[in-house]
Amino acid sequence: MKATGFLRVVRAGLLTTVQDLGRWSHQLEAVPVAGVMDVYSHRLANHLVGNAQEAATLEVTLIGPELEVEADTVMAVAGADFDLTCGNVAVASGTTFAARRGEVLRFGRRHLGARAYLAVAGGGILTPPVLGSRATHTVTHMGGLGGRALVAGDVVPVAPKATCAPNRARGLTLPTGGRARLRVMPGPQDDWFGPDAWHALTSVSFRISPRSNRMGYRLEGPPLAHARSGEPISEPVTMGALQVPAAGEPILLMADRQTAGGYPKMGHVITADLCLAAQLTPGEFIEFDRCTYREAVAALIARERELMAQMTHPREGRIVR
Amino acid sequence: MRIRHAGDAMLLVELEQVIDPVVNQRAIELGRLLRARDVPGVRDIVPGYCSLGIHFDPLRTDLVALERAIREDASVAGRVVSLPEPVVHEIPVVYGGAVGPDLQAVADFAGCSPAEVIERHAAVTYRVYMLGFVPGFAYLGRVNASIAAPRRRVPRDVVPAGSLGIAGEQTGVYPAATPGGWQIIGRTSVVMFDAARTPASLLAPGDLVHFVPR
Repeated sequence: MKATGFLRVVRAGLLTTVQDLGRWSHQLEAVPVAGVMDVYSHRLANHLVGNAQEAATLEVTLIGPELEVEADTVMAVAGADFDLTCGNVAVASGTTFAARRGEVLRFGRRHLGARAYLAVAGGGILTPPVLGSRATHTVTHMGGLGGRALVAGDVVPVAPKATCAPNRARGLTLPTGGRARLRVMPGPQDDWFGPDAWHALTSVSFRISPRSNRMGYRLEGPPLAHARSGEPISEPVTMGALQVPAAGEPILLMADRQTAGGYPKMGHVITADLCLAAQLTPGEFIEFDRCTYREAVAALIARERELMAQMTHPREGRIVR
Repeated sequence: MRIRHAGDAMLLVELEQVIDPVVNQRAIELGRLLRARDVPGVRDIVPGYCSLGIHFDPLRTDLVALERAIREDASVAGRVVSLPEPVVHEIPVVYGGAVGPDLQAVADFAGCSPAEVIERHAAVTYRVYMLGFVPGFAYLGRVNASIAAPRRRVPRDVVPAGSLGIAGEQTGVYPAATPGGWQIIGRTSVVMFDAARTPASLLAPGDLVHFVPR
């Protein structure tokens, strides 16, 4: 698809990156997957504007951008709850809206959640794919716009679509009260930890350290002691892994994780709950519950049903302003 | 062999937990066989030193069929007792000087001259066990034990692209400028990773590498 319009970045926000479902099938070459932190909200934003889930969105983090729209197009935002205006008119998160050429989409105050996804009708963000994906991995300068977060003055290519059936969705139920309960499947190195570590993991709130980012969340709490010495031989790792270096401070691996690691992994946060983890900010808290593979899959099916129920058919008519 | 869940979206096939060329070759072979099956829902297949990570979409993957495929292919891969004809790379390296700032430290560790460190490092044909850390970074083994200096106590904020390092019995080339703690003994101008190239990484698991002093 060819870019036929663009968004001009007036203010970039704290960390606004082009993301999609990730750069899969190159981990053999140690290419990190990257991609969206909250896949649920990304998919929903794309659905609202009639895009495929593979289309790239802009992932907005904590402080949102201001974007001047250089073509008439329909857009939608899902995920974290921000005050939004387009052309100085309030628009709602989870609702398709039309933007006219020259109008500015402004992310204002954030009420809940950490990350929002902006989808643009017509096929999404059209920065050139790298190894089959548009996902930005800032650490290795790969994908997105020059392998980095957006900065003021950037021009983000899109293929705008001025008409789209109106649609709205409730969105992900965001964590409230600055905490979330996440389910953890033990393993594969759960036998490196004794009952004390498991008791601590599942009975204490862990605070997300300020030294957290898209690669991983460092979690502050009681140290999770290894029950044996040494380290496992480095092996492939995935998002959600709860790896515990010898000092006992766990790190929850997120979207920008490396492809392999040599720390013992006590468990993995289940896929269904990773979208909740993505909506927490540093300083907020995580509580963990143990679960089995069957429970993890049941939770994922429930999450998928919830998303599908929101992916209703658009209403009749066209968005007009 | 053990098949373990690493969460609900990855299976980890664990072979004998040793760093050994034959075990490593089995992991690579198993990965190759599984990749050829193109199992629906599988997103990525990644060999480690003595393990294989199989990333899959839990909602699109028949896990019973996947585990059966792993066991079938593992019985074939398990018959690997000798190594196949590998791809051999010759990588020219300038050792020491400004581009190898830790050569003297490695010589001090070994109790020999920098020239002897170069000789011992370049004498070995290294195997690519796995890639990790950053795109195109290959973990090569094994370094002659006499020069197997541990990582620097304080890592550098920036190690230039092409830098050749030692960390214990591992050696490798930094494909891009990154922070790093390995002992840097030289540099190559060979491009280790280029996303515009297919394959993007110069080195693949199972390849062999000679470093040629220039």
